[in-house]
Formats: sequence, C-alpha cells, structure tokens
Amino acid sequence: MAAVRKRVSPSRWLAYVIVALGGVIMLAPFWFMFVFATHTNTEILSVPPPLWFGTAFIENVRLLIEKLPFFWRNLGLSFFIAFSVTVLNLFFCSLAGYAFAMYHFKFRESLFAVIMATMMLPAFIFMIPTVLIMSAIGWMNEAKALIVPGACGAFGIFMMRQFIGTAIPKELVEAARIDGCSEFGIFWRIVLPLVTPALGSLGLITFIGTWNNFAGPLVIMRDMDMFTVPLALRALQGTGQVPWGAISAGSAIAVLPLMVLFVIASRRLIEGLTSGAVKG
Amino acid sequence: MSVTSSDSPAASELAASPPRRRRKLQAWEWAPYVFISPFFILFLVFGLFPLLFSMWLAFQTWDPSTGLQGMEWVGIENFKFVLEDDWFQKSLYNTFWIAIVSGLPQHLVAIPLAYFAHTYLRKHRNAVVGVYFLPFITSTVAIALVWNSLFSRDFGVINMALTSIGNFSIAGLHPLAWLFPTTNVDWAQPQYTKWMISSLVFWRYVGWNTVLYLSALQTIPRDLYEAATIDGASSRQQFWHITVPLLRPMMFFAVTLTIIGNLQLFEEPFIITGGTGGINQAGKTAAMHMYNTAFVDSDFGTASAVAWILFVIIGLMTWANNKFFAQKD
Repeated sequence: MAAVRKRVSPSRWLAYVIVALGGVIMLAPFWFMFVFATHTNTEILSVPPPLWFGTAFIENVRLLIEKLPFFWRNLGLSFFIAFSVTVLNLFFCSLAGYAFAMYHFKFRESLFAVIMATMMLPAFIFMIPTVLIMSAIGWMNEAKALIVPGACGAFGIFMMRQFIGTAIPKELVEAARIDGCSEFGIFWRIVLPLVTPALGSLGLITFIGTWNNFAGPLVIMRDMDMFTVPLALRALQGTGQVPWGAISAGSAIAVLPLMVLFVIASRRLIEGLTSGAVKG
Repeated sequence: MSVTSSDSPAASELAASPPRRRRKLQAWEWAPYVFISPFFILFLVFGLFPLLFSMWLAFQTWDPSTGLQGMEWVGIENFKFVLEDDWFQKSLYNTFWIAIVSGLPQHLVAIPLAYFAHTYLRKHRNAVVGVYFLPFITSTVAIALVWNSLFSRDFGVINMALTSIGNFSIAGLHPLAWLFPTTNVDWAQPQYTKWMISSLVFWRYVGWNTVLYLSALQTIPRDLYEAATIDGASSRQQFWHITVPLLRPMMFFAVTLTIIGNLQLFEEPFIITGGTGGINQAGKTAAMHMYNTAFVDSDFGTASAVAWILFVIIGLMTWANNKFFAQKD
C-alpha cells in the first residue's frame, strides 16, 4: 500500500499544517529558554524580546554562580542521587521482577497485588510522615534520605516482571539450575544480560524522574549546598530584580542532559513507558 | 554466590538427635522471598509505617517543635476544620478548575493527534511524537520558570503574540480585537493565574497522552479498517465507529492518570506563583495547601487531615470515572 503514491487531500494537508504548527508550539518554550540563556537581562526585557541567540551565556552562568554559589555542587549532587537511585532500582526491581515472573511461591499473587496497590497511593500522602521519619533517624538534609526510600519502585518491578516473563523461557532457568547454577547466579549471569533493553528503558525513566524530582528534595534538603538542581533553580526566584538570563541559563543546564538522553533513546523510552499500558 | 544453598547433609545428620520434622527447604523455594524482600523492607519502613503514622496524626493537634509530648488527640476536629475552611475550599476549587481546563483539552488533542500520527505519518512518526513528548521529560521547575518569563507582563513573548493578533488591522479595522487582548495581560492577576498554570500543565502532558493513545492504536487490527473500507465506510466513519470505541479502555486508563495527576498538582502552581499561591491565592492547589499547612504553618495534624481528604476525593473521582466508562459496556 505504501508503493502507490496517492494524492494527498486538502483536508489532510490542513492536518499536516496543524500538527506542524503544534510541534512548533511544543518546541517554542525550549527555544526561548536557550535563546534567553545567551542574552543579558536588559536584552531580554526589551520589546520585542530577542528571538535569536546572543553572546551573554558565559556572563549569565557567572551571574548564576553568584546567586547560587553551590550550583556545580548541586549539579553533581543531582547526578549522584539520580545515578544511585537508578542503579539500585535496576538491581532490586529486576531481581523482584524475576522472582515474580519465574518462581512459583506461596502468596505470589497477593504480594504482587500489594506492590501494585502501592502505585495507587498518591505521593503527597507520604510527604509529612517521611519528613518526620527522616528527622527522627537524623537523615534530614542528606542525600540518603532521597536515595534509600526510592531504591526499589513498584513500577519498576511491574515493568521487569512483564518483560522477564515474556522474554525468558522457563526452560533456560531450569537448565541452568540442573547444571548447578545458584539461584542468584541464574539471575545475575543468565537473566540480567538478556533483559538489557528493558533495563535501558527502566533506567532512563528512573533517572529522568529522579533528576526532575522537586517535592522530595524540597522537604528534605535544608542547606543550599545540599540542594538538587530543581531546588537550586527555585531559589533564584526572589523579590526584586529577577535574573531572567541566569534563570534561563540554569534551566537550560538542568534540561540539556535530559534532552540529550531523550534524543539518543526516545524510541526506547516511549516504548518502555507504554509497554506496561499495552500489556497491562 | 552467597545465596546458594549450601547443602551439607553431613552436618544435619550429625546433629540429628531429634527426628527431622521438616524437610530442608530447597534454594528455589526460599530464594524468591529473598529476591522480593528489598521492596517490602523499604515499603514497611518508608511506606506503610508513615502511612499509618499520618493517619494517626490526622486526629491529633501537634506543632512538631513541641516534641512528641505536644501531641493531643482531637478526634475528627481536624477534618471538620479543614472541610469548613474557606482556604481549603478555595484551593479545592482551584485544583478542579485547573484539572478540567488543562485535562480535558489534553485528551481532545491527544486522540486525533495519535490517530493522525498512526494513520498518516510513517517515516516521521517517532520524530513528531518525540517533539510532542519532549515537554514531559523535562524538569518542571526549569520550564515553569521559563513559563514565568514567557508570560511576563512587560516583555513576555505570549503577550507579544496575543497583542499583535489583537491589534492586527486591515484598513484601520481590528477584526480580532474582540477576542484577543490589545494591551499586555498581567497574568499574575487572580483571574488569569489559573490559565497560565493550565497552559503549562496542558503543554507538559499532551504528548504523554498522545503516546498512550498511539500505543493503544497499534493494537487495533488492520483488518478491521480494511473490512470497513470494503464496506464503503469513509475515514470519518471509521474513526468514529472503529477507532473511538476500541480506544475506550485506553481512554479510561489515560483519563484516570490525568485525574489522579491533576488533582495532585503541586510543582507547576508552586513555581509559577513563587510558592505563595499567587495574588488572592488564585493559583493555590489543594496539594499546595497541604504543603503550606504542614511546612509553613507547622500544623502537621491539620495537614495530614488535608492529605487524607484529598486522597478520598481522588479515590471518589477515580471511582466516578470508572463508572462513567463502564456503563456503556
């Protein structure tokens, strides 16, 4: 059907135009973010505002560091937290997903139902008690308060169970067991290498989600040197003259790693996000 | 490998003075419990316990600076107070307003867009969907700050675009001036704040919904459309009589996600209003109200009550949505 070149009707042309215009609207805020990041405040505040890149990026970054003296540290901390949460999730979620997909054990279905049920609970309901617990055990203002509770998420277990269940034949596991491989050895040496595509999707989702997390650090982190990037950017908002150039530069730096990740892996990410929806 | 069962029959036989009552568990019998235990340990400590604690807290009056002794049982007073509180009602009204104004268009745009991408875009589908999806992955805080500059009264690009349409003139007439503003809008004013927040929410999630609908469209068998074409159905008829009915399960799922997400809106209004809720609290959502009650007013008992009331409301809305989509089946 693709071989025959059909005439495109005017209504379809209109649809193409609308979709393209919509795409421009979707991208426009990013465009202005990058453009503003390269202009001084005076240039941004002029009418009409700049539409093309300027030369003030370095100056904006200097202004950013002036306002947020720990910005590079904030960036490093964000990487550290997002990376740790991602690695822990990949390990624990695939381990649990493997158990749910490949073993028959008592209470399997009900335990899995409990995990799914926790996904229904809204995050804000944990906000207050989490702060109280973290103060009680002395973890306030520390990275581990953000890393440990998020080390094994329900969504990841669900996703890995779906994937392992369909991708790994049970005979493979049994054969390895007969050959004397330990239970953990089967997971580590046979199952894990076979599910790297799913690990990639889950890793991306987890990394992006953790990197963008705002409410968690907002209630846990007290000092500016322990802020994550979203929290630090928020600190730029204050009374008086708003440093739009610095805000745009900081936002661009916060968003750029994710945009790069997304461009590299958009297909896998989108497929990973929807696989649960399709199968479940 | 530490998890290996080290079968050592010799040892157990040596110590076998009492008769063996139970056979030794094989590794594959206990291993799955070990493998799933991290989730449950974390959930008990950082999930279930906090949940129960917060439920208990909702019946207490407590300023955390007084220590645990400062807690006092007040029964359902917190709930009564919250439900009668004007500020809570206002935040709830704002939440629903934003949820509907940002949520409904998300689906009204995402469904035709997904349909179009699925039916007419071949090579460029991923690129187009990717463009619409990009806002979903980016930092809310970063982009909400950008939003503030785009909607700024004096230099905002949005204002510039709107007024230039409003002031567009042919032969001295302004044909669009009745619909579009002719002078810059101050989006921080109470009557406009919610529009600004809703536009951000719409922009962020329309691509996500498109991806959901696209994934559902891919599961609809092509033969259905081929059969309909043979029967002489127009593409409009095919859309309404094949695509829409078969998308119902995904509509239910996607709308549920939107309801749950929109009723919890926090970051977008928080950043756009600078954490204050805006002039006259016009942009303060219920989740923000909870945050402020707990962490600004240090009233943890009332804040917990707000959280649980909001939880019940979300549950009710999800249930109503369920009923709505189930009734026609």
